[in-house]
Amino acid sequence: MDFKLDKVHLLQQQLFRTFAETEIKPLAKDMDENEKYDLDLLRKMQKYGFLGIPYGKEYGGCGSDTLAYTLCMEEVSKVDASTGITISVHTSLACSCIANYGTEEQKQRFLRPLVDGSKIGCFGLTEPGAGSDVQGAQTVAVPDGDDYIITGNKIFTTNSGFADTFVVFALTDRTVPAAKGLTAFVVDRDMPGVQVSENIERMGIRAASNCIVNYDNVRVSKDRILGQLNKGFKIAMGALDCGRIGIAAQSVGIAQGALNEAIKYAKERKQFGKPITAFQNTQFKIAELQTKIDAARLMTWRAALAEDAHEKFGPLAAMAKLFASDVANDTTRYAVQMMGGYGYCREYPVERMMRDAKITEIYEGTSEVMKIVISGSMKLK
Amino acid sequence: MKIIVCIKQVPDTAEVKLDPKTNTLIRDGVPSIINHDDKAGLETALKLRETRGGTVTVVCMGPPQADVALREALAMGADEAYLLSAREFGGSDTYATATIIATALKKIGFDLVITGRQAIDGDTAQVGPQIAEQLGIPQVSYVEEARVEGNDVIVKRQFEDSAHILKVKMPCLITALAELAQPRYMNVGKIVDAYQKEIKVIGFDDLKTSLNPDWIGINGSPTNVVKSFTKQAKVAGTLMKDLTPDQAVAAIMDKLIERHII
Repeated sequence: MDFKLDKVHLLQQQLFRTFAETEIKPLAKDMDENEKYDLDLLRKMQKYGFLGIPYGKEYGGCGSDTLAYTLCMEEVSKVDASTGITISVHTSLACSCIANYGTEEQKQRFLRPLVDGSKIGCFGLTEPGAGSDVQGAQTVAVPDGDDYIITGNKIFTTNSGFADTFVVFALTDRTVPAAKGLTAFVVDRDMPGVQVSENIERMGIRAASNCIVNYDNVRVSKDRILGQLNKGFKIAMGALDCGRIGIAAQSVGIAQGALNEAIKYAKERKQFGKPITAFQNTQFKIAELQTKIDAARLMTWRAALAEDAHEKFGPLAAMAKLFASDVANDTTRYAVQMMGGYGYCREYPVERMMRDAKITEIYEGTSEVMKIVISGSMKLK
Repeated sequence: MKIIVCIKQVPDTAEVKLDPKTNTLIRDGVPSIINHDDKAGLETALKLRETRGGTVTVVCMGPPQADVALREALAMGADEAYLLSAREFGGSDTYATATIIATALKKIGFDLVITGRQAIDGDTAQVGPQIAEQLGIPQVSYVEEARVEGNDVIVKRQFEDSAHILKVKMPCLITALAELAQPRYMNVGKIVDAYQKEIKVIGFDDLKTSLNPDWIGINGSPTNVVKSFTKQAKVAGTLMKDLTPDQAVAAIMDKLIERHII
């Protein structure tokens, strides 16, 4: 067992870190304030391969792996969690469904432009009445000749404000529970009937695009079905397993980014005649948090390595996300506390990081759902 | 067109600590990077390849650890990489270094050689020009713009208060300023490729038929380092405008007297 990154991953980490510091960090505050993602930044990341990291070169991807993708997620999220989720939804949710369940023809047609960076993807599962419980899903796809007609509303569809390709889940059999009647479709933004709302106003990750998407009699041909008819639930759950590794890495990034900012500040901030890092209370708290961040990172890497080895990784991803999201919230809250009144000011990034951290306990499966996944794998019943 | 870019791996700071006894750099614990001017040279080479075709070859002389600098260059888009590394090369000054690199370049072949103006660790700005001298090819240093037309390279050479536009016939050597080009980042996928490519190592044995061992390494280096120090930054000068010649003379005299220079 070796806990060190190899040379390839070290050089990739150097790239992600340099790019994040140079290109993303200077934009993070403004993007948050304006609640708008900078699309030039997105194009730059496309150019350098950030949007196709774990996918094969035969589809225009980087030919790298999930571990490299977690390194990217951590480094970008250290400076901007919104960039993290933008990359994550595209890579882990949209692309993975097509990569894992698409036919060769579908991969060339839909996956290639996503991983080579010419198009952006999003993932529509959550509905106003169907969050943790998919049973409430109401979006339907009705057969009509060689096509299906999709009708319904999806909420919190990340990237939908600018995405080109939508992986959408709709009921194709309403006589059975939703888990047995969902089908995955690939929908294009410019298809008649696809309507995307304004960005939903949120507490954190405000630069990310997160909208309501209305599908009003959207006609799609059968060759846009991913996998088998009525087997979409498994596809969605598989994508979320992948996604949770990304969110765990994003959480590690948010936590490490906030702690780094707080340490930098605390070394210079003098109270009672010395820098506040000279006080044992500060030192102990930093030591505790860094230990937890390292543990969260190692759990994330473990899940990533299991995915790369094609082993069962769902519960490992759930554990990593459950723990890392908790660490992100703890650490950012403390970073604000350590910086006191300045930490609470918008001039410094830690208040944004604290707002951004909260969502990691909610999206792509809440912490409670993570516990269902983990305990479910332990044969307790 | 075969473009060679010479790169140096340097410590990531302009103010590394010096060993007071030996006057050499203490490199332990300091991360290594590709020298800034060299990276701008590499970017220029990649751009020239995009517009003119050809290949970009990176060459680095250094210890085996310099491998990572060459991988980075490959991940930015260079086609092939050579590491010049041998115990006999150790301790070489600028003259001996240029001797080794020039000998290797004759073996590798080239149309255009690009080096950085100078390295941030030594600041000599000598290796590029010395390589050109040893190869017997024309050189232009301090290049801030470059393009290729036919068999010529058209360059803009920087001076303190002006610039020269020069046309040089290839094969030739130019030394690049960091201003020449903003280097691109590595590409995630090209990093994977970079580690699948072979880095060709050229050692002493590969060059010994054309390399005099007395002219390389620490014994072949005519330079004696008497003292190393960090450059003092110059303060900005005072600009006095719109003076008649007489007023200017008087103003200068006043300043010289004020500072006890005369």
